[in-house]
Amino acid sequence: MSAKERGQLVFLEGLKSCLDLLFGEEEKQSGQPSPLQFISESASDLKALFDFVRTSLTPTGSDSWKGPVLLVDDLSVLLSLGATPVAVLDFIHYCRVTVCYQLKGNIVALVHSNEDSEDEENELIVNSLCHHSDLILWVEGLATGFCKDVHGQVMHGRTRRGAEQDLVQIYQYKIQDKNVTFFARGLSAAVL
Amino acid sequence: MTTFEKHQLIDTLSKLINILRIKTININTVLLNEQSPFALNHDFGNQLIFMGNLIREISFYRVVKIQVGDLSNKKEKIPTILVFTEEDKYGLYSNLLFKYFLAEGVVCGHDLFVASAKEHPDNILKELPAPLLDDTYRNERGEETTAVKSEDFQDSMKIAWRYQNLPKVEASPTTSTKFGHYYDVSKTMSPELFQSIKWHSFYLPEELSLQPKMKTHNMNSAYSRLLQSIQRIIYQDGFDGSHPQKKLKNILRIGIQSLGSMLWGDDICSSDSPEHMHSLTKFLYVLRGLLRKSLSACIITVPAHLIQNKAIMERVTNLSDMVVGLESFIGSERETNPLYKDYHGLVHVQQIPRLNSLICDVSDTKDLAFRLKRKLFTIERLHLPPDLSDTVSRTSKQDLAESAKLLSSGCGAMAIGKKHLDF
Repeated sequence: MSAKERGQLVFLEGLKSCLDLLFGEEEKQSGQPSPLQFISESASDLKALFDFVRTSLTPTGSDSWKGPVLLVDDLSVLLSLGATPVAVLDFIHYCRVTVCYQLKGNIVALVHSNEDSEDEENELIVNSLCHHSDLILWVEGLATGFCKDVHGQVMHGRTRRGAEQDLVQIYQYKIQDKNVTFFARGLSAAVL
Repeated sequence: MTTFEKHQLIDTLSKLINILRIKTININTVLLNEQSPFALNHDFGNQLIFMGNLIREISFYRVVKIQVGDLSNKKEKIPTILVFTEEDKYGLYSNLLFKYFLAEGVVCGHDLFVASAKEHPDNILKELPAPLLDDTYRNERGEETTAVKSEDFQDSMKIAWRYQNLPKVEASPTTSTKFGHYYDVSKTMSPELFQSIKWHSFYLPEELSLQPKMKTHNMNSAYSRLLQSIQRIIYQDGFDGSHPQKKLKNILRIGIQSLGSMLWGDDICSSDSPEHMHSLTKFLYVLRGLLRKSLSACIITVPAHLIQNKAIMERVTNLSDMVVGLESFIGSERETNPLYKDYHGLVHVQQIPRLNSLICDVSDTKDLAFRLKRKLFTIERLHLPPDLSDTVSRTSKQDLAESAKLLSSGCGAMAIGKKHLDF
């Protein structure tokens, strides 16, 4: 919380700001466009959201933090809210230019994906993000089905960072109440 | 993997996971201590990290969101849930579950909000099942349990002694711990019970005539009316905690019937590339926001089998906390299948909420079936009926193996291929 007060953490809560957008008073909206303006407009561009990201991450004078990180919790939700896949890809591209190249920071984005998914728009985003990403973490359940001691596996793939490094590493994990245990394949505590 | 790479991976994961508020992680038994949650700030290069499918499997997303929700209203620790029921083909059993949800609200003294485009909410409320008081319920169940218990005494097995010490599988998980109330579906609730509670209704044809014009925010107008109505009630009755002087805190139970059907003015059931493709998902997102900031829970039934574009259902699943699908056997070939002769349908639990924890409560069996007895609606673990015939093998064993294969994808070891074991 202190990080938030110091301005180190800027948090945009989508659920809350969309309520403000839909049920908030008119005069509040007229002052500054809401980052989620695209929900109520027919032209679905994410410019307002990008502007919010840029103004939040641009260092202001003394309290500049080196190497900002942009965490996007669920790009797939943007599709559900009516943004077109091209708009989402444009948004992430602009963010890359600003955060990764101008401010020397990082972007972490979460996307849903499913092998037998019929959501073509979402798959388009997943595929093009895979193409642009430097590090991909795939988290999925075991192919053999549910297991009490191993809840799934993390595939850790690194792309374009060096020719011989493109091998994929797989770890299995087990989730407990408050933490997650990672281990090499076949080395779960139940087996050893 | 070289040591350097290993350290790099551990580093990456630990930073990532620290951000997502997990205290320690254990990779190859290397225990990492808690670092600053903002350790990701340095030496990471220009990397774009990207995680796929994380929501389903680890669901950091929900946990983080719920924690944030808790911080904003610390006084109440009741998490709000959006339950989503995929209707069975003829909507019989989903309606029953819908009424159960509302009836539980009446018995607990919660406020109700019923929205429908088909049936008038007043009629829905009139048809709620009557609660079974503790004594009556005991009598109902008592006969069954005593019958089972008397068998238990002569339990020393002579032939199948290997199975003697195996723990007993309870068909319905609710027998040991009592949770909620039980209802008699053959009777309707007495009107006196309604007098103690407050309820609101939303009947779409009436609402349309009340306010001819309103701002729709690029959404289907019926949905935005419903949202406005829910928001008004949440605000007026102080479910959002805006009246802290009001001491008595109550919960609002929202029930929305057959959302997404044609009657709501939505075309997702009639067209593969609908005009209002995003209306339903937008509605759910805003509703989620409303639920998150207030003390309320919501059940929605949706005719999932009518929705043409399957991508919508995937998105809807991601936007809800809990998704349950009902598959009734009426009119399907499973109705006559001997495997399912004791049941009326299957319950597919597709999503379970994780509340204030990283993990959800996962039961051992994933195959659940429901059955409507004379008075009770029960959900039980699916099991094969005992083979009591004198002949060695079942007549339709091949059929059974086939249908068991169809039954569950999670149970991979069972009935793979056409051959079955015969011993």
